[in-house]
Amino acid sequence: MIIPKEPKVELSGISKSFPGVRALHKVGLRLYPGEVTALIGENGAGKSTLVKTMTGIYQPDEGEIRISGKPVVLSSPHAAFQAGITAIHQETVLFDELSVAENIFLGHAPRAAFGLIDWRGMNARARTLLAEIGAGHIAPDTKLKDLSIANKHLVAVARALSVNAEVVIMDEPTAALSYKEIQDLFDLIDFLKSQGKAILFISHKFDEIYRIADRYTVFRDGEMVGEGLLKDTSQQEIVRMMVGRSVDQVFPKKQVTPGDEVLKVVGYCHPTEFADIGFSLRAGEILGFYGLVGAGRSEVMQSLFGITKPSKGAVRIDGEVAVIRSPAQAVDKGIVYVPEDRGKQGAVTGLPIFQNVTLASLKKTSRHGFLRLAEEFKLAREYTERLDLRAASLDQNVGNLSGGNQQKVVIAKWLATKPRVIILDEPTKGIDIGSKAAVHEFMSELASQGLAVIMVSSELPEIMGMSDRIIVMREGRIVSEFENNAGLKPEMLVRAAAGIGEAA
Amino acid sequence: MSAIVKMREFWLAVLIAALVFAANLRAPGFASPSRLAGIVEDSSILMILALGQMVVILTRSIDLSMASNLALSGMIVALINQAAPGIPVPMLMAVAAFSGLLLGALNGVFIWGLGIPAIVVTLGSLTIYRGVIFLIAGGQWVNADAFSPSFIAFTRIEVLGLPLLVWYAVVIVVAFVVLMSRTALGRSFYAVGVNPTAAVYAGINVGRTMFLAFCISGLLSGFCGYLWVSRYVIGSVEVARGYELTVVAACVIGGISISGGVGTVAGAVLGALFLGVINGALPVINISPFWQMAISGAAIILAVVLNGRGAKRSQRLILRTAEASA
Repeated sequence: MIIPKEPKVELSGISKSFPGVRALHKVGLRLYPGEVTALIGENGAGKSTLVKTMTGIYQPDEGEIRISGKPVVLSSPHAAFQAGITAIHQETVLFDELSVAENIFLGHAPRAAFGLIDWRGMNARARTLLAEIGAGHIAPDTKLKDLSIANKHLVAVARALSVNAEVVIMDEPTAALSYKEIQDLFDLIDFLKSQGKAILFISHKFDEIYRIADRYTVFRDGEMVGEGLLKDTSQQEIVRMMVGRSVDQVFPKKQVTPGDEVLKVVGYCHPTEFADIGFSLRAGEILGFYGLVGAGRSEVMQSLFGITKPSKGAVRIDGEVAVIRSPAQAVDKGIVYVPEDRGKQGAVTGLPIFQNVTLASLKKTSRHGFLRLAEEFKLAREYTERLDLRAASLDQNVGNLSGGNQQKVVIAKWLATKPRVIILDEPTKGIDIGSKAAVHEFMSELASQGLAVIMVSSELPEIMGMSDRIIVMREGRIVSEFENNAGLKPEMLVRAAAGIGEAA
Repeated sequence: MSAIVKMREFWLAVLIAALVFAANLRAPGFASPSRLAGIVEDSSILMILALGQMVVILTRSIDLSMASNLALSGMIVALINQAAPGIPVPMLMAVAAFSGLLLGALNGVFIWGLGIPAIVVTLGSLTIYRGVIFLIAGGQWVNADAFSPSFIAFTRIEVLGLPLLVWYAVVIVVAFVVLMSRTALGRSFYAVGVNPTAAVYAGINVGRTMFLAFCISGLLSGFCGYLWVSRYVIGSVEVARGYELTVVAACVIGGISISGGVGTVAGAVLGALFLGVINGALPVINISPFWQMAISGAAIILAVVLNGRGAKRSQRLILRTAEASA
């Protein structure tokens, strides 16, 4: 029996909205000294927004943060650091070109006479701190860039201890670690617990959560849907909380009788990202790819689009072997790809709408090598109207459009090339509800016109609402394939993606 | 109309007109047609080079070897003319342009094939191309009396009241307007510069686009090699030494963003013209050469500050949407 304790950190009624998106709605979270709390939720549930609120990057619209019972305002990352909250994640802000000791003491280095840095004292204290956390093998004067990711985590922890941080947030700390390194990290977390630190642990992997955490808090769609002690709760119950919504959202999926096979992928491998990928896709079909972030879904798609080169395997389009070495070749063969990161990869922000739409069809709008503006506008108007894109004019800079409208511009660009296969990678991530519905409707419309659609999505309602078939990937491999019929339960997809056996 | 007033190019043109007007007050006659034509003539080579530099800068690169390329290509045709005065000048022009194209393509190969940053490659070729001039000329100059009369005449013959040198610039400016606004290549220069990742995902070959940009800047440098040697009637290792920075300055003043993707033909032309007016006006109103340099320098910094302010405003917008999708 656990003696009731005062929480070290208590968040209550925290809300945070961005234009068109409600990221957090009156959520709460409690972290206790000497305990690990796991924060669990699907992608987009609001976990990272909460972490950013706790580390002073975002200011909540409403709600209260208390540390040791006292309300605090974390107005900046520095204020959060001062308040004893420190975060460790894959891209922890450390400085590659500085030494380990400098990283640990940056901003609060021990001083010698005349305000100069006391190098000897700093290195000695760094050595002590590192030894305490079982990282005595790291020399304080090594440059950070020479360390592995696991050792960088250790430096980050030493930095947290150097300011007596009471709260340690670990956001997917195991994502890039080997099995041995993960075990070492767990030993370290046990040590931090014994020091009375309150720890927030974010992971998608249930075995890790059950190994290391004492409590859990589950988020879904920006709301807190459950919390409690892990020893009293089964994995099934937690999975149910994660996906628990009744899938009552209406998806405009049209029933289409699939046509001939358009795309066949056989034995597709990449040296580091994925292996043995094989599937087929028929005209009029929507094939969903589900999995955790980092399962290799986008990597497969980028390879099919010619961005990265596979090491083995074959792609057949209409039964003929297609060699795709560049995106231009992929477009020629009729495969187009709408990337996940609209800002960086999708829309060419800075160019007007019409130039974005025609960018992949410039041959079509040229005569004798010269572009014809009238043709460009005609093409752009045709496809933006089909997608119901609302903009002041086609001359408008794409950077000034909302996320949903940028997505429509990218899709319009590809439709103008008259593709056979369209790959949509997280097509509605971070866009408002209205645009989401429009994208879904359009996707369904395209399929009914005979286009073969691949949709990569981490959102269960979307994947279950839109797909004819669903392929689940985990750690670079296809682990299962489901027909999307009445017998398919969301729990089955989550279990396959997380690698939880039926019996567990 | 309001769209025109908002354009940077419009205000730069107004500024140039104001400079001419002010200089005319101090030194009457400065704004006479013949003097102004002289300034345009003096700025012609810079204009052509600025256009070449513009396409390179648009793709987020920089070509520091332009002046060396110009000097080397100029020396090649100077030596040919000295050895065989009978070869027709248009053919020498083609030779200069072709030599420039090769030198530019060489830069492009290193940047595209080996992925070395353009500033490093062209800093190297800047020195190498100068060294080659010394080697092929044996350290000698080609003096005024060594050139054939037609070699010198082909920048000076007047057509419709303007020397041929100006007409070359006019033709190239018109060609660039078409290239940048009416061809797929021109469009891809902008796309690659604004957002290289998105350009890749749109099926544009970014490396090839950069390669072609360096070919263009090389071609124009080489052609200007002939123009320079013909106009100043000298071929030497020292020709146009340090001029690459003047070219970059013209681009920056013309509003071509060093971070790529933003810039117009009109901007490059006006940037070159601005420097031409400053250099033409200041001696006339008795301002020392030191102040000429200081004023050119101040203009560059001012242009960057103004560009930076414009860029910041649009950046904030990007930040807002990025946070919304987070």
